[in-house]
Amino acid sequence: MNAQRVIEIIQGYDGDPTASLAILQDVQRELKYLPREALELIAQQLDMPVGYVYRLATFFKVFSLQPKGEHICKICLGTACHVKGGPLILETMERELGVKAGNTTADGKFSVEGVRCLGACALAPIIVIDDEPLGQMTPDAVVTRVRQLRAGEVVKIPAQMPVKVAVREAVDLSAVPPKG
Amino acid sequence: MAELYRADVLVSCLHGRSPELVSALKQELDRRGLAGEVKVVETGCRGFCTMGPVLTIQPNGIFYTDVQLADVPEIVEETLVKGRAVQRLLYKEPATRKVIPNYDAIPFYSKQMRIVLRNCGMIDPQSIDEYIAVGGYEALGKVLSSMTPEQVIAEVQKSGLRGRGGAGFATGRKWEHTRKAAGEVKYVIANGDEGDPGAFMDRALMEGDPYAVLEGLTIGGFAVGTQQGYIYVRDEYPLAVQNLRSAIDRAHEYGLLGSDVLGSGFDFDIRIVRGAGAFVCGESSALMQSLEGKVGEPRAKHVHATDRGLWDRPSCLNNVETWANIPPIMNKGGEWFASIGTERSKGTKAFCLVGKVRNPGLIEVPMGITLREIVDDIGGGPPKGREIKAVQTGGPSGGCIPASMLDLPVDYESLTEAGSMMGSGGMIVMDDRTCMVDIARYFIDFLKDESCGKCSTCREGIKRMLEILTNISAGLGKPGDIEVLESLAKTVQLASLCGLGKSAPNPVLSTLHYFREEYEKHIAEQFCPAGVCRALIAYQVVAEKCKGCGLCIKACPQEGISGTARQPHAIDQVKCIQCGACFEVCRLDAIQVVPRSAVTVGSNGGNGYKPVREVVR
Repeated sequence: MNAQRVIEIIQGYDGDPTASLAILQDVQRELKYLPREALELIAQQLDMPVGYVYRLATFFKVFSLQPKGEHICKICLGTACHVKGGPLILETMERELGVKAGNTTADGKFSVEGVRCLGACALAPIIVIDDEPLGQMTPDAVVTRVRQLRAGEVVKIPAQMPVKVAVREAVDLSAVPPKG
Repeated sequence: MAELYRADVLVSCLHGRSPELVSALKQELDRRGLAGEVKVVETGCRGFCTMGPVLTIQPNGIFYTDVQLADVPEIVEETLVKGRAVQRLLYKEPATRKVIPNYDAIPFYSKQMRIVLRNCGMIDPQSIDEYIAVGGYEALGKVLSSMTPEQVIAEVQKSGLRGRGGAGFATGRKWEHTRKAAGEVKYVIANGDEGDPGAFMDRALMEGDPYAVLEGLTIGGFAVGTQQGYIYVRDEYPLAVQNLRSAIDRAHEYGLLGSDVLGSGFDFDIRIVRGAGAFVCGESSALMQSLEGKVGEPRAKHVHATDRGLWDRPSCLNNVETWANIPPIMNKGGEWFASIGTERSKGTKAFCLVGKVRNPGLIEVPMGITLREIVDDIGGGPPKGREIKAVQTGGPSGGCIPASMLDLPVDYESLTEAGSMMGSGGMIVMDDRTCMVDIARYFIDFLKDESCGKCSTCREGIKRMLEILTNISAGLGKPGDIEVLESLAKTVQLASLCGLGKSAPNPVLSTLHYFREEYEKHIAEQFCPAGVCRALIAYQVVAEKCKGCGLCIKACPQEGISGTARQPHAIDQVKCIQCGACFEVCRLDAIQVVPRSAVTVGSNGGNGYKPVREVVR
């Protein structure tokens, strides 16, 4: 863990304890998860109990205390996706990768997450793999995409696939500007 | 001086291939020497999601759907040079195949009334100049130059505007309370923590017309007497954060935020705070806790937020959509707004019409329109061969309204009376392939995860309801379950601390009320008629209808279907996991759902399915 970066992030907020949530978000964006040392460092810098920081980090779903896989597959389980077959998509993904939702494959390549509503309900069922949204999914398309990724193919979004959903801010470590 | 263009090409559907489409269009225009005559604009969501990316050509309003990169040269040549429409890209009515060239004549749009979404898909959300050109910031100018805060509040009260987040509290009253509350420092807050699954109106607004939210919030700040506003945005909406942030920067540059706004002596600033993925933070007191950097747990509301909210100071919290309604109300007057809608629900409401309809998308309709008009006329009805069973509104706090009540007018009171609620605007259409027990289980499962756990009725009650519902859908329901479920639901409703718990039983109570038979079928007959609850069903090939095309053989993940070409296939009930993949791909309706008891399988279903008590995770 890059302790210096974590300290820089905290200093970007002038050590303001009410910014604890924003600090955790920025640290997670930087490290991709929240290791124990980071939580301890934040607690120490903000002069609050580690338990308090831990409570924040476990209350909000955005945070993860576990490292994530190389590819993060989010399967939307919002209401619209649920009625249009989202569970079948999740099941296909779980079967293809051999892990249950919330876990990472043994080789550290894929993490599978069931998420609640990505806000692109008209394109249900939708999944997002590594910030690439794929709408109106079918089990077949899931399998194809995962196999492509596993083979290490760099694939552009097929032109005929309707895809348009908020893409998370790109997590490019080198490009994260220092706060403040 | 702004440049003048002969035509505008509005490219919507920001998220998909639109950026590529925009650069292709610009290149082609450049190549043809038209760059100075035609302006290409990237806009926010146009709402017609299944047709995207869509392209509108102004001033004549030609509307192209599903535009591909390869279509660009033809669009430029035919439409922008020769002034003719490219027929194959025009919208065709699904039923009649009739071509409708202009967007305002398409039923999806013609039945709508766009006030809050007026600019979504029509302007470049990044450009403050475009917002100003369509009348933006006129309202703020009017308010700051010629109105007192009291007059602003009176105008909002006259409009009859009510909270668009779902509960429907009178906005003007809330503002008045906050204005009158004791204290020097006050806050106005926009709630953009759109957590309801199945809703994305606020996202579309924040991404597609961020200045409208800023302007509304600034007017509100002036009216309640504060210098600080906050916008709490869901973490899942990074583009909204980005557009709002750049909008705030631009507004500062133009003197529309910061000290001495428009030279009026009024100081006002807005900060963006990102949420962190907790549904309960959409609740007002939890949201304010989270704004303070704390765990988002609600508190009891003996004291209203308008008296003691954020940092114990008077705070006025409204939904993003409510704030975006303010500028038009100020421009055209409260009376104009009050002339739209019904007796007690004024104006329009944005909805996300999704689920089993032909045209899912983002819509805005006047209050009082019937559900049937929304689902059939705007939504185009259910997909071919299916039948509408229910419409779910209000997210996890709402309920399911059965198809027999589709003539219900959409307003706050009617929806509440029907056992649902307005909610933030998710509207999920369900057909005969949706199981109501499963839907109730789905929402309760969602709420189990999202309950903050502070009060025991919500934390434990929801969990126990989930256990019963899971058992019913797993074929372990027993007589008396429904009654226990009802009594649990009523307790949770009565004794929970915040809105989340109080409304959590709604999905159960409304489905029990309207679809009790379906529950009883699950328990007494051990059958799920919708074919969703896997433990209770089996799939069978109807030999007379099967033409042996082999689609299902390919689709089956278990390799459990066999048969030779052009001969009826057969499903191996031992291998079958009831995933329904074969049912979905069959084009001949040759796969049917039957009760599990109708097929011969092993003792536990023969498929590895073990009825376990601890199905509740």
